[in-house]
Amino acid sequence: MKGFNKMRIRTARRQAAVVFVALLAGSGLAACSSSSSGSSTSSSTATSSSSASASSTGIKQGLVVYYIPKDTQNPYEVLADQGGEKALSELGGKVVVSSGTTDTAAAQIPSIQAAIQAHANAIVIAGNDPKALCPSLNQAAAQGIKILAFDSDVNCGSSPNHLFINQADTQTIGTSEVDILAKEIGSTGQIAILSAAASATNQNSWIVYMKQELAKYPNMHLVKIVYGNDDPATSLTVLLGLLSAYPNLRGIISPTTVGIQAAAQYLNTHKSLLSKLVLTGLGLPSQMKPYVLDGTVKEFELWNPSNLGYLAGYAAAALASGTTSLTTGSTFKAGSLGTYTVLASSGVTGPSVVLGPPTVFTKDNVTQFNF
Amino acid sequence: MSSDVAPPEAGTGGGVPPAVPPAAEGSGKVVAAGSAVSRPPLWRLAIRWETGLVVALAAALVFGSLESATFTSRITLFYAGINIGYIAIMALPMTLIVVTGEIDLSVASMLGLSGAVLGDLWHHGWSIWPAVLVALAVGAVGGSLNGLLVTKLGLPSIAVTIGTLTLFRGVAEILLGSQTIPTASDRPFPSWLTNIGVVPVSGTELSYTTVIFIGLAVVCGVALHATPLGRAMFAAGLQSEAARFAGIRVARIKFWLYVFSGVICALAGILLAAQNSSVSYNAGFGLELNVVAIVLLGGVSIFGGRGSILGVVLSVAIIGSLQMALTQMNIDPNVQEIVIGGLLLISVVIPSLSRAARWLGARLSLGRSGHTPWAPD
Repeated sequence: MKGFNKMRIRTARRQAAVVFVALLAGSGLAACSSSSSGSSTSSSTATSSSSASASSTGIKQGLVVYYIPKDTQNPYEVLADQGGEKALSELGGKVVVSSGTTDTAAAQIPSIQAAIQAHANAIVIAGNDPKALCPSLNQAAAQGIKILAFDSDVNCGSSPNHLFINQADTQTIGTSEVDILAKEIGSTGQIAILSAAASATNQNSWIVYMKQELAKYPNMHLVKIVYGNDDPATSLTVLLGLLSAYPNLRGIISPTTVGIQAAAQYLNTHKSLLSKLVLTGLGLPSQMKPYVLDGTVKEFELWNPSNLGYLAGYAAAALASGTTSLTTGSTFKAGSLGTYTVLASSGVTGPSVVLGPPTVFTKDNVTQFNF
Repeated sequence: MSSDVAPPEAGTGGGVPPAVPPAAEGSGKVVAAGSAVSRPPLWRLAIRWETGLVVALAAALVFGSLESATFTSRITLFYAGINIGYIAIMALPMTLIVVTGEIDLSVASMLGLSGAVLGDLWHHGWSIWPAVLVALAVGAVGGSLNGLLVTKLGLPSIAVTIGTLTLFRGVAEILLGSQTIPTASDRPFPSWLTNIGVVPVSGTELSYTTVIFIGLAVVCGVALHATPLGRAMFAAGLQSEAARFAGIRVARIKFWLYVFSGVICALAGILLAAQNSSVSYNAGFGLELNVVAIVLLGGVSIFGGRGSILGVVLSVAIIGSLQMALTQMNIDPNVQEIVIGGLLLISVVIPSLSRAARWLGARLSLGRSGHTPWAPD
């Protein structure tokens, strides 16, 4: 858009009065000065890290954990980061949240570099790309920083070794969403998937299991997977494309909170579509509540993202303190969630910990959840 | 169509046409060559865009050193190179294209397509060098597609390259889909290649992309500012028709600039693949705006005919160091975008203001020179 605006300036500039131009300059300068004044407050976050001392539980005090979400706006990730902050504050440490505004690896790499330079004790990352982050993460691991992935894993093999905090069993998420949709549409018709970024590891591994599960339903046909990049506007655009290309579409699975909300919002204002079209997927109860209560969406799933971040925080602290390891069967205490055990590698997933089974939300229970 | 036909007496396109209006700051060569008006050079130097950029860079560096505890550590330079180097490389051909009055918005998609071609061939068992060469060739083909559409069909470059922006990215998506190459069953990329992302050029703190950027900047700088070809680019950007009548092969120059841009963006795609040890179809998504931002902040006029490679190099340094400092300070990324956006606005506004001031000055001195440089055309 910036580029278009530039071009527009071209035609308008002759008429542009000097006063208008001065106003623009003023606003630009104001943006600069306000940002630099805001900076001084948070500049201290990057410095304090090395004064860690062991407490009675074996968890060191003063740990600094960098949380690098997919981007900084995604409401799901914001909740997860808040869970991490809760965990580290219980443990006498600190969380620094750092990422970009777009779901790309390139936007996350500077945050990894910042964590290295700040001598963080651990990095908890939600990968926007399975491989592109590995070289940077490996540099961080070489500096003694413990690496954890949550939400969306990275496939780095052994460089670096890392712990994946899995939100729920990957296979269960994929298969259960297909089962929910099959139940609602009588196992018949064309269906589509509205995903996040095409390179998102979590989305793609769920989609693999969805396709496997679809083999059980010979009359259900997956006609298209579209990618909304976890951006509401993009999700809506690809959804509209989908609806016009497949007028007989019976069901949409959107395994991302941004996508399902964008779709629910659209269907809510176009209720005539609901007679034949069913939407399900992964959504936040707080966002989906109105759509479930008015019947736009009947069922969707999720786990508590705040608990996911909380679990990751305790795991990061335990790894950084040396009280647990990546060895299969190692255990650690995760505060109010209880004790967790490190699971063995399987397929491309390395050592992992699973938060628990997903919760299915319907109009009967959706109001009971506040995340 | 006809613009490709140069009058027979024209050589390689040397002289600047007399119809060229006096150029403002940033294209000193053209002023020296084309304008007989002798002005005191001192105040001109003081208001040169590059002077402002040097001040801004110094301010950014001081700001970074004061506000971020880790800004002055040596590895910052390497990290900055990793983050902005491959983008900066694409800004160089973009500079030349914008100087000639055109634009290439397909740069980031070409980066993605070249990476996708490299990855797809690698996935199918090719060895690395042939795959790299084919990726570069795809850059040349894509660039010549842009060039043909702009010069032969005379279509507006912004429309053409928005089209190829979508086209190139679409082909990349068809090639790779949601796969990231190398997949679990593929060979990894050779380590000498992937080291580009993790090791500085030996004996320095510079990333490979930084060194390539500097080398290319020298080549482009010499070509733009010290050769007849460069003067022809400025002339084409200032007054395309006049330049053509003066014997400059405007269409041919523009065509080859698009080919050059395609190849360089393909190179950037290969470097990014090396840096990331992998390729996805969406690599570099949306970066065309960053590239245009760098070029405009560098003082290159979006209307063509004005700009310098030095300005673009300084602009890269400013944006690179600001991004490093702001990320190290953990400033909200939205605020970072506001800062960069604000800088861009200023870079568009200040030249207009200074032109307005000069126009006012000319009016006050009651037409000692017959020109009113306030209006560019």
